[in-house]
Amino acid sequence: MIWNDDFETLPREALKSLQLKRLQQTVEKVYAAVPFYRNCFDKSGIKPADIKSLDDLQRLPFTLKQDMRDSYPYGLFAVPLEQIVRIHASSGTTGKPTVVGYSRRDIDNWTELMARSFVAAGTNRGDIIHNAYGYGLFTGGLGAHYGAERVGASVIPMSGGNTKKQLMIMHDFGSTVLTCTPSYSLYLAEVAADEGIDIRQLKLKVGILGAEPWSENMRQEIENKLNIKAIDIYGLSEILGPGVGIECIEAQNGLHIWEDHFIPEIIDPETGEVLPDGEKGELVITTITKEGIPLIRYRTRDITRLIKEPCICGRTHARIERLSGRSDDMMIIRGVNVFPSQIESVLFNIEGVEPHYQLIIERDGNLDTLEIQVEVNEQTFSDEIKILQGLSNKIKKDIKDLLGVTCKVRLVEPKTIARSEGKARRVIDNRQKES
Amino acid sequence: MKVEQISIFIENKSGRLAEVTGVLGDNGINIRALSLADTSDFGILRLIVDDSEKALKVLREQQFTVSITHVIGVAVPDSPGGLTTILQILDKSGVNVEYMYAFVERSGDNAVIIFRFDDIDEAITALANNGINILPSERITSI
Ligand SMILES: [Zn+2]
Repeated sequence: MIWNDDFETLPREALKSLQLKRLQQTVEKVYAAVPFYRNCFDKSGIKPADIKSLDDLQRLPFTLKQDMRDSYPYGLFAVPLEQIVRIHASSGTTGKPTVVGYSRRDIDNWTELMARSFVAAGTNRGDIIHNAYGYGLFTGGLGAHYGAERVGASVIPMSGGNTKKQLMIMHDFGSTVLTCTPSYSLYLAEVAADEGIDIRQLKLKVGILGAEPWSENMRQEIENKLNIKAIDIYGLSEILGPGVGIECIEAQNGLHIWEDHFIPEIIDPETGEVLPDGEKGELVITTITKEGIPLIRYRTRDITRLIKEPCICGRTHARIERLSGRSDDMMIIRGVNVFPSQIESVLFNIEGVEPHYQLIIERDGNLDTLEIQVEVNEQTFSDEIKILQGLSNKIKKDIKDLLGVTCKVRLVEPKTIARSEGKARRVIDNRQKES
Repeated sequence: MKVEQISIFIENKSGRLAEVTGVLGDNGINIRALSLADTSDFGILRLIVDDSEKALKVLREQQFTVSITHVIGVAVPDSPGGLTTILQILDKSGVNVEYMYAFVERSGDNAVIIFRFDDIDEAITALANNGINILPSERITSI
């Protein structure tokens, strides 16, 4: 099923000329209305009229998350506040949050893209959507909510937390679609098991999961434990929220980016150069329909590659590969780049090991140390020390073989690693920031 | 003859051991024998209790990782060479002792040794054939 045939299956040539027209309008607008962009363009010696083809996009400067922080709260708004109908903000782990304002048309477009996303994920009117994304400043809850309503599904605005009640409602109301973070879906399964509820027997058929990077193995785990199709959705609060891209249920292979609203590029995160088609690098997004805060070449920090081959679902929009991680999440341990998702897949490939882990990085003298805490469950537990030591040695060896990093493995009791009700906190970096 | 033993995974954190014994005590379960094997990070607590099924249930409810293994108990005369004889018999029959621990019976002069083998049936046969007295399960769980 396709929500908006006209746009989702637009032939690529037509899509490209639409992109160019919208890009030119966006560049004109930010140059006229946002002093930050006017300065940037002037410094680079570029005028809006220089954008004559999509290739000219590469000549424009990047926008960084820091630029949004520096413009706190309203510095990047391209329309007067009277035209802003909603303001969201992303939680800043350090300092000020980043603020995003939406015009009425922005909300309308967002709703449209979420409606496309729900339908691409195999949901439709008649579905009961259990929306466990947080409602509030975070974009997840409201973004999913509006899209689900537009599709005509029945939305249960659960928000996060209160897991036992979530399970009760899921059971009693007959929820068919779950929207939350992937780690929360596993947490729900775990609490269900503790409560004696067979979550596999509920009416749930699809989970639309996002807001944190997750691996293919984790998908398998979620699909098995909840007996659902687990669909990856992509979004960033700076760009829109959820609904920037989604996997189609037909292929479950790469996330379609809605290219009539966004132009994706892949760059080398070190040099900023655009990489040849198909290479892996940092995703950069230019918004071409946004009014509140249009962003030119926003650096997402997400590592992926673009898939331009046609998809079996019939949509013509390019896909991004499932994220390998966020370049912000990348850990440099004794000079080796490591993503938490890589460690996760090593753990998943060891029989019986569950995806509950935490990474602790310390500095011992001049040396970084990585400790992986893994929970022991009844499947991996043995009453013989040597077997448990064998398990930690195996994890250690597999990590060393696959990632080239030496680590220490600490086996911990079940449920000692904090379960996430929102995003999972996988990494604790205790290294002092060098000044 | 086989005795049910409960093994519990515990991290080396202060107070963890007391939590286990506390859970058992609160539920009226008596500990008959106990041994702790540990490494720098974690330990395995092995227990023989008077009601292992109930112990398993209450420990699982408290989120402990537990398992049941089968061991045997042998009464060893409190005289020189008592243990050596037993170990020699096992050695000759090619059975490996994974671990063992001892305690003293309340009433008698015997030390009781709990053995965990790689092949418990083979071990029982070898010991029985050589006249070693394997204690009945009830005798151990009711010590
Ligand atoms: Zn597709």
